[in-house]
Amino acid sequence: MGPLIPNGVIGGGWDFVIAILLGVAFGFVLEASGFSSSRNLAGVFYGYNFVVLRVFFTALIVAMVGLLYFDYVGWLNLSQIFILPTFLTPMIVGGVIMGVGFVLGGFCPGTSFTGIAIGKLDALFFTIGLYLGIFGFSLAYPLFEDFFTSGDMGNVTLMEITGLPAPYFAVAFTVVALAAFWGTMFVEKRVRKNMKQYKF
Amino acid sequence: MNLEKDTIQQPKYINPYLGGVLLGLVVLATVFITGRGLGASGAVKSAVVTTSNTIAPKATEANHYMSQFISDDHSPMYTWLVFESLGLLLGGVLSGIVFGRIKKFRIDKGPRISNRKRLILALIGGALFGLGSQFGRGCTSGAALSGTATFALGGVIVMFAIFGTGYAVAYFFRKYWI
Repeated sequence: MGPLIPNGVIGGGWDFVIAILLGVAFGFVLEASGFSSSRNLAGVFYGYNFVVLRVFFTALIVAMVGLLYFDYVGWLNLSQIFILPTFLTPMIVGGVIMGVGFVLGGFCPGTSFTGIAIGKLDALFFTIGLYLGIFGFSLAYPLFEDFFTSGDMGNVTLMEITGLPAPYFAVAFTVVALAAFWGTMFVEKRVRKNMKQYKF
Repeated sequence: MNLEKDTIQQPKYINPYLGGVLLGLVVLATVFITGRGLGASGAVKSAVVTTSNTIAPKATEANHYMSQFISDDHSPMYTWLVFESLGLLLGGVLSGIVFGRIKKFRIDKGPRISNRKRLILALIGGALFGLGSQFGRGCTSGAALSGTATFALGGVIVMFAIFGTGYAVAYFFRKYWI
């Protein structure tokens, strides 16, 4: 049956309507969870607010287990969904650059849009930065074209690389997430007690 | 008395685990319906390609990166992620209205830095994130969340690289936040 649009269950004409609706749901959940504030987001790196970890990891395991379930009952053919390609070194480098950008900027792209939505100027500046960064990348692309396309491993999954079945990974992520939820509860309490000021 | 004041000042955020379950369901629904995950940086890329293609169409076509995203029959803005991101902004506004958080322009920052410095850092952080997201083939939503949820190796790599680096460098930037 699924994915619905690629398999023609829902007509392609609905593509952009669905895009907007799913985007609205995405933005609503991010804002309602407090992701529109850079102070909340940066808290994950300093131990005073683990909302990012809680929301992100819960979402991850819900989506993972949900996809396995949908595949198991035959609603969704997992072999038909898009698998992000892996370019080993460029993606490590990209992640490292994004990590620095996250701590400096206090946002990631999706969260900065919701920050703008409720009037955060730092979110607006972050988004302008995003635009400039991507523009800079595009203009300078000839300089690192070879690096950018290096380490191409194709659209490879964890299962293909390790030979282990998918549920193993879902269980592993779930166990790690639950342990992290439990452990960070104590860290957060301790750090907050020692903070002079923390206004949301 | 003090306690009461604290509860009034606390913003009304939903429970993070509820938020996580809802976000997970949004990712699940997106993959189920479209066969792909969510994204955010892709929309900004479309905006960049559109600007470049409007100002200098020849140079954009000659650019090996941007030329991939130009098409003869429609604008580079006519992509799924642009519409999704418009929805994302709209969803933020909607939640802001529901929870009463849409107010005049303001800046969130640590107690020890000035507004000006915070905005400069946000700009630099954004530029780095934009640059990194191209090498990473997506940002936190497209690569780290949707990628990992679909068991893509690349998604897991980006997720660990972003958060690992965040923790590794957080100490050096602590005066901006705490």
